[in-house]
Amino acid sequence: MTPVVEVRGLRKVYPLDGGEDVVALRGVDLTIDPGEFVAVMGPSGSGKSTFMHIVGFLDRATAGTYRFSGSDVSGLGGDQLADLRSRALGFVFQAYNLLARTTAVENVELPMIYAGVPAAERRKAAMEALDAVGLAKYAEHQPNQLSGGQQQRVAIARSIVNKPHLILADEPTGALDTVSSADVMALFQRLNRERGMTVMLVTHEPDVAAHAKRLVTFRDGNIISDAPIAPAKATVLV
Amino acid sequence: MITMVQTLKLALTALVRNKSRSLLTMLGVVIGVAAVIVTVAIGTGAKSSVADQINGLGSNLIVVIPGSVQTTGAKSGTGGASTLTAQDGMAIAKLPGVAAVSPAVNIRTQLVANGQNWQTTVTGVAPSYGYVRSWPVVEGRFFTQAETDGTAKVAVLGQTVVAQLFPHTDPVGQNVLVRGIPFTVIGTLSAKGQSGAGQDQDDTVLIPYTSALERLTGGTTISELMVSAVDGAHIDSAQSEITSLLEQRHRIVAGQPDDFSVRNLADIAQAASATASILGLLLAAVAAVSLLVGGIGIMNIMLVSVTERTREIGLRVALGARSAAILRQFLIEAVVLSTGGGTIGVIVGVVGAAAIALFAHWPATVPVVSVVLALAFSAAVGVFFGYWPARKAAALDPIRALRFE
Repeated sequence: MTPVVEVRGLRKVYPLDGGEDVVALRGVDLTIDPGEFVAVMGPSGSGKSTFMHIVGFLDRATAGTYRFSGSDVSGLGGDQLADLRSRALGFVFQAYNLLARTTAVENVELPMIYAGVPAAERRKAAMEALDAVGLAKYAEHQPNQLSGGQQQRVAIARSIVNKPHLILADEPTGALDTVSSADVMALFQRLNRERGMTVMLVTHEPDVAAHAKRLVTFRDGNIISDAPIAPAKATVLV
Repeated sequence: MITMVQTLKLALTALVRNKSRSLLTMLGVVIGVAAVIVTVAIGTGAKSSVADQINGLGSNLIVVIPGSVQTTGAKSGTGGASTLTAQDGMAIAKLPGVAAVSPAVNIRTQLVANGQNWQTTVTGVAPSYGYVRSWPVVEGRFFTQAETDGTAKVAVLGQTVVAQLFPHTDPVGQNVLVRGIPFTVIGTLSAKGQSGAGQDQDDTVLIPYTSALERLTGGTTISELMVSAVDGAHIDSAQSEITSLLEQRHRIVAGQPDDFSVRNLADIAQAASATASILGLLLAAVAAVSLLVGGIGIMNIMLVSVTERTREIGLRVALGARSAAILRQFLIEAVVLSTGGGTIGVIVGVVGAAAIALFAHWPATVPVVSVVLALAFSAAVGVFFGYWPARKAAALDPIRALRFE
């Protein structure tokens, strides 16, 4: 089975003018296989966000190799990375990042617009994705007519609409109350379990991380632990 | 990859979702373009009214006046020579570059009629005078060639004379005493207003030149010859034809000064239309500046909009928008704003020009070329001033953009 993400010796250095360079990643090795649900934890400055940005093609490593679904993406140009983001990745952000004054279904369609999917097909796929997150009847609602939890579910629908190889979720529950958080995490679990979606989740809340199947912990630019989460614990919440 | 049509749709959607911002952004260009259209219309109107005034002097008018003569060392001024005759005029009329000729015999005299009196210039002319001066009769008729040949005692009055002598009655059919000789009024001339030199052109009485010569001056020499060239392009050639013909007729030996002088109105016309052109240019420059300010307004709002929409741009990049797609979207937004503003501006400008024409009685016409230019320029303004904000948007770092508060 080809891993979705395979990084070897990943380093990221931010050069500073007239001072010491900041090393965010100090040679990280990690493999994520299809169907995995990985939680990435670590304190601020541990490198977990930098790692997620590199995995999400929003940033480039200073050194090391990155193979995405079997192909080396280290040397790709900006446009090729943009195309990869539109076709093979789904992003979920802490702040939902839905377009204002734009209906839920139009928000979900957005990645497909950049992937060049025809309009009729877009609408159909967007409705399916909204249905998958249980918001089909809110398709014509605008973000300000939806609760935070609903907005995040629209954002999740947007992340899965292109049937990506990997969903990257950056603190997806950071702005939600406990009940909505549980809803959203249950949704990730279901997408992972029922649709075999590969999910990488960045969080600093252990409760949230506990919903994943594998926990990777960063500290000072290194992975300090990488262990499966006990199945019983992973299904604590429905 | 995203198609151009799709990018256009994204841009239009973004504009429609921010209606008030879009409209306010357009306002600058609306005002700029409307100003261009209106000022160009006013300038064009000024030019055409100058052209009308010049045409009003006469159709391609050339004036032949007697020159200076030198008798025993004393030079008389221009017009001092008394050598120009109506026969010269008849000979000039046969020249190929000449359409019509009328002699003019000016007599300053007191008129008496209808119990009133008035001092004016009585001018003896030929029936072709109305054509040569582009001066139609509004009431009654002009005198005929037969009346001219028969030294008829008929007169055509200018409007000032009509107002002075016949304030409340119809002058046609009445008698006017010119130096004691009764002339029958057969028509009145249309009002012509002031001449370029500020003279009241309507303060005149026209009679057949034959009658003027035989009944009033008793001589054969005339004051001047009014010549109409066949068209504007032939004024110069007609002028030299007239000069050589008169030199021949007056037996002027080469090297001797002419006893006449041939003048045309081209210089006056040129000066007047140059003034109108400068006026038009000045107005257009002011309007262009306001269009420029409108463009800078678009740039400002687009720059603010890029900052305001930083998160949105970051999101679009994260969702797979290439930077070229972001650049295109913002550029299209700017161009749509500026051309939309341009279109509204053209409408406002055309309506404004029509209103000026209606209420200020100014012949403000909107040339098609100014509409096309204004639209093209406003689109160019959009590209020019939209490019920098669009570049800025496309160059945003998506990681920072996504976190931007």
